[in-house]
Amino acid sequence: MKKLSARRRHPLAALVVLLFALVASGGLYAAFAPTEQAQADSSAQSLAIDEGKRLFAVGCSSCHGLNGQGSSMGPSLVGVGSAAVDFQVGTGRMPAQQPGAQVPRKKTIYNQSEIDQLAAFVASLGPGPATPTKDQYTSTETDAISKGGDLFRTNCSQCHNFAGAGGALTQGKFAPSLENVDPKYIYEAMQTGPQNMPSFPDSTMPEQQKQQIVAFVRYQANEAPNPGGLSLGSLGPVTEGLFGWIFGLGVLIAVAIWVAAHTTKAKKS
Amino acid sequence: MSDDNLPTAHDAVHGHGEAAVAENPFADPGLPAHEPRRTDIDERAAKRAERQVSLMFVVSMLATVGFIASYVAIDKSKIVYIFPLGHISALNFALGMTLGVALFCIGAGAVHWARTLMSDVELPAERHAIEADDETRADVIQQFKTGAGESGFGRRKMIRNTLIGSMALVPLSGVMLLRDLGPLPEKSLDSTGWKEATPDAPIRLINMNTNEPMKAEDIGIGSLTFAKPGPSASRPGGLQETDEDFQQAIAKDALMLIRIQPDDIKDDKSKGLGFEGVLAYSKICTHVGCPISLYEQQTHHALCPCHQSTFDLSDGARVIFGPAGHPLPQLKITTDPSGYLIATQDFAKPVGPSFWERSA
Ligand code: FES
Repeated sequence: MKKLSARRRHPLAALVVLLFALVASGGLYAAFAPTEQAQADSSAQSLAIDEGKRLFAVGCSSCHGLNGQGSSMGPSLVGVGSAAVDFQVGTGRMPAQQPGAQVPRKKTIYNQSEIDQLAAFVASLGPGPATPTKDQYTSTETDAISKGGDLFRTNCSQCHNFAGAGGALTQGKFAPSLENVDPKYIYEAMQTGPQNMPSFPDSTMPEQQKQQIVAFVRYQANEAPNPGGLSLGSLGPVTEGLFGWIFGLGVLIAVAIWVAAHTTKAKKS
Repeated sequence: MSDDNLPTAHDAVHGHGEAAVAENPFADPGLPAHEPRRTDIDERAAKRAERQVSLMFVVSMLATVGFIASYVAIDKSKIVYIFPLGHISALNFALGMTLGVALFCIGAGAVHWARTLMSDVELPAERHAIEADDETRADVIQQFKTGAGESGFGRRKMIRNTLIGSMALVPLSGVMLLRDLGPLPEKSLDSTGWKEATPDAPIRLINMNTNEPMKAEDIGIGSLTFAKPGPSASRPGGLQETDEDFQQAIAKDALMLIRIQPDDIKDDKSKGLGFEGVLAYSKICTHVGCPISLYEQQTHHALCPCHQSTFDLSDGARVIFGPAGHPLPQLKITTDPSGYLIATQDFAKPVGPSFWERSA
């Protein structure tokens, strides 16, 4: 204490006091000032965007350009929205392994928080559909499944097969099976139209109808009964034909052998 | 030769074989003795078998008649409950059962005939070189005659006649089904539900999902929407799924709506038929009429799942692959003052597959 008071006339004393006062008042302000939620959020948001930009520069920019503007290797991401990122990266389609007719689903290499950051960055490039929340893609209606079935047959079954088993398109492209697909991704795919799938925007297919379709697809994959006993993959003529040839003809051959092997003989009397 | 196969002759061979075992364990044991069947030794049993075979052929004939009768008489929309099967179409059940019985009885009759009445004497046929000398040919002819004689085809007249009858009747089932190909479509395929659209009385395009009219800005680039005709003079409520003829109507009226950047549309005529890049194509394949809408939004190709016809929707739906003979017809669309998409005329060409009277 003596030491301190001895130096109170030091030329830098004023500066030290001033700094001390600044730190103290700043600290008090920080402690007692009313914090604004929105402000805190947007700074978290801008933090996520910054993080996303960093991830983007490393993982995506070689094809989509440093600012997501697109290049000859990959399309522009301006205006695709966070839903598209959540879908493409969340299902492992992006980053793509190699160029080809179609980028298939594979193991995800980012975790969900990294995906959210990437999505935040891409969403900041231009307005587009946002990642849906759980109640956006979950239907509470009791007749959602039957309505969804109608909508599915009109809009989806031509490519994805009547039971959602998927099907072939042109030149190596295909519509993937919808079994075991997270409802969120089904919803996002309808919103954003990934790769060659056309999109079904809310203007032509309202949110409620997308929920119904999701409900139907989940029902079809998990609970739907098989009226014929065996679904044989619900693929139609290919598996059914194979079954018919192997088992149907097999039975006929067995019967023919039985007919030829058994002839009743009268005992010689 | 046939003399060798008399039971006594076989017994001799058999006995010889047994004797051979002692000297040579690998000697040819010969054929086992022929045991006659009941029908071989009992003429009454043979007659009964003959009647049974004929009965099966007669049942087959009756079933074929039943097939034709049910085809004519049963209404195709009739649903009945049949115990283990549940609720099924009466017509399908009747056609399947009668045709099944008709074919089964011919088969079963033939098998029963072969097992009870045709000769079951084992004939050893030794292998020879391929060339057939006169002796062999004579032998074959002789065998053929023997076979014909043994089958009793000429002798058992009842079997012969009923077999001929049932075999002659069964193909009638197939001939009968050809009736489904008629009647000819005449002019009914030349026009669709859009035919009443005129510039003064346009028909709105109704979204198949929402049942509401659509504005052009609702159709995003890369999106796919299906549409049907809205209210017209003859259908004031527009085409509704509850309409009795909905299936017939939608099979011609269905549209798929897409939007392409106007600069990417390669065909100027097609661009003119659309509205600011929104194009309305018939959903019906021009090959044999499957509904097609496997639309790839990046390549603008639409694929038909039936026989892989592929149409380039950015180039007037030109056929770029597959058996389809015509491009998909495109509907001329525009918007009304309130911005809703409308049609002001029918398709310029008939939709769907070619047919005999097709005008264009
Ligand atoms: S019906 Fe479309 S290709 Fe045959």
